[in-house]
Amino acid sequence: MTAMKKIVSEIQDFHIFLRILIVLVTAGLIAAIARFTFGLGATTNLSDVYPWGLWVSFDVVTAVPLAAGAFVLGAIVHCFHIKKLEPLVRPAIVTGFLGYSLVCIGLLLDLGQPHRGWHIFAYPNLHSPMFEVALCVMSYTTVALLEFLAPVFEKFGFHLPLRFLRTLELPLIVLGAAIATLHQSTIGTFFLIAVDKLHNLWYNPILPLLFWISAVFTGRCIIIIEAVMVHRYLDQPDETELLATLARIIPWFLGIYLVLKVYALFFLSERPLFDRPGLTALFTIEMVAGIIIPLIMFLHKRIRKDSTMQLRAAGLVVMFGLVLNRFNVSMFGMIQKNQQIYYPSAIETIVTIGIIAAHILFFAVVARYFPIFEHHPEDVDYAIPDGFRRVKKPLTIGKPS
Amino acid sequence: MSVKRNFSNDRTFLIDTTRCTGCRSCQVACKQWNQMKAEETTFFQGEGYQNPAHLSENTLTAVKFIDGWRYGRNEFAFYKEMCMHCNEPACVSVCPVSAFIKTPEGPVIYDAKRCIGCRFCMIACPFGIPKYQWSKGLPLVVKCSGCFSRVKEGLIPACAKACPTAITYGSRQEMIDEANRRITAHPGKYMSRIYGLEEAGGTSVLYLSAIPFNELGFKKVTQRPLPSLTWAALRFVPTAFITMGGSLAFISWLTNRKERLRREKEMGEDQKASGKEDGQ
Repeated sequence: MTAMKKIVSEIQDFHIFLRILIVLVTAGLIAAIARFTFGLGATTNLSDVYPWGLWVSFDVVTAVPLAAGAFVLGAIVHCFHIKKLEPLVRPAIVTGFLGYSLVCIGLLLDLGQPHRGWHIFAYPNLHSPMFEVALCVMSYTTVALLEFLAPVFEKFGFHLPLRFLRTLELPLIVLGAAIATLHQSTIGTFFLIAVDKLHNLWYNPILPLLFWISAVFTGRCIIIIEAVMVHRYLDQPDETELLATLARIIPWFLGIYLVLKVYALFFLSERPLFDRPGLTALFTIEMVAGIIIPLIMFLHKRIRKDSTMQLRAAGLVVMFGLVLNRFNVSMFGMIQKNQQIYYPSAIETIVTIGIIAAHILFFAVVARYFPIFEHHPEDVDYAIPDGFRRVKKPLTIGKPS
Repeated sequence: MSVKRNFSNDRTFLIDTTRCTGCRSCQVACKQWNQMKAEETTFFQGEGYQNPAHLSENTLTAVKFIDGWRYGRNEFAFYKEMCMHCNEPACVSVCPVSAFIKTPEGPVIYDAKRCIGCRFCMIACPFGIPKYQWSKGLPLVVKCSGCFSRVKEGLIPACAKACPTAITYGSRQEMIDEANRRITAHPGKYMSRIYGLEEAGGTSVLYLSAIPFNELGFKKVTQRPLPSLTWAALRFVPTAFITMGGSLAFISWLTNRKERLRREKEMGEDQKASGKEDGQ
């Protein structure tokens, strides 16, 4: 009873925005229960014509690259030792962990037989992209959980597991980045089987590579968005300068993406390309707004160094472009001529909104109760620890007298 | 993707649409043998007397009607839509839990006990055959099994058994030979093409037609076996994993070593400095 009271009083302490989020998450939860009670057919607008809808297009295909920040940043900071970006790592890991957990929930909701999820291990099919992604998402979520446990253990003062995690940190980051490379690209492989269904504007054999590259630059952009938001709404220090460093690498990836995409379009795609005005329009918006405009923006030093412009370039433009790209590939581009149009049902929409709200809410709650921002380069030891006992001490070779 | 095998002895349907009378006894036989529920239907949902309008969770095969004004006359033609039982099926390759199996006899069968309901097979199938039990709380996929339970026992599939005119059933090579024989014997009657010979890498259902196949409602399908399309990317997975993991590990080792050397040097200088102080 007292615990309940405590929780209620804590929630009353929350900002009004967070309380709205709680309502949205609850609504999503109720909608999810409705989905299991009444079945997929009754609660969604999915049909034999559209076996995959909003839940796959957004909760899986789009959410996975949006959660890519952790693997990108982890690799930059720990493998390339660009230490000054360290303060951004933990928030990115929290985002990644939450993102992947919610992807798992989205996947379970979408499955017809979620209780049989373990069949993936019992009857593996190595030739299935879905098997590969399922395995990767599960292992990546585990890796992200282990990385996320560090601030949790710090909070509760569990030193031994903390030291253990500290030893594992670098291997975990490398493992995470390798796994992420696999599934970010394999989500593109999903649609390689949809030959003659996915429109030529998007269907090409290097789709997996394009998916991976766009996940890399989106990952960076998500970190920028997150850091700017955290600065604005959670009273954390302004990291604009660090973000400018991060933003310097983005145009490279945008450029490579653009070159590969144009190459694929001219040399690897089937014809006709521009036979459907609607799809041509979507494609043009995706390429101009999602790739070309941010490429130009990020090439300007002035824009890279300006907090508001960073947010605009990274958030409004790149993120919009990525979301549109993933929907184009997984939904709009799959619509055949003269086919009925799919639109998500109320329950599908409420669940997806609930998942997005849950992400923001959980991030804010984790940020409130766990030390995810108090992690700065001056108190981090980058050397790989020799043993469990010497973790906190700097690495010494030859004793100073 | 299974190891390449010879498909010429697979049990195969040869469906001659010019001989089909549209009686739909194949539909009825299929419903009865598989104990599928009846559907409430009305005429004229599709073209002409087609009924039901399309395949569904309760209908594994249906006769499509072409009934309209074409080539300056009223064209009347039929096409039995069913699982094509591909030689290298897309559904088998994409299923994460191996619920689809291409049997050595030919039919592609589905194991409902394994299925997790991800619907990837529905996205993958170039012919749009797997259907989903949208009416159920915990839905499964349904699809024509090529009457594997009958074929195993030496019988022929229910629809082939019931068909009075159009379906011939036998080994794939025999059916191809028979189809070619008919095409050469009646060059004016048939389109000089067998649908299913090359489609999706070859299928165990072959069609003959008097009018162009797309007019009959056949989909234009690539001639490449579909599993090869995803495999072209998937085969790089181990390489990508090792390259990415290996190079990142190597880079970390390198940067870490650089750091270590720098510290060592600093430490050495400190020691020298402190040693001098001690000496004085």
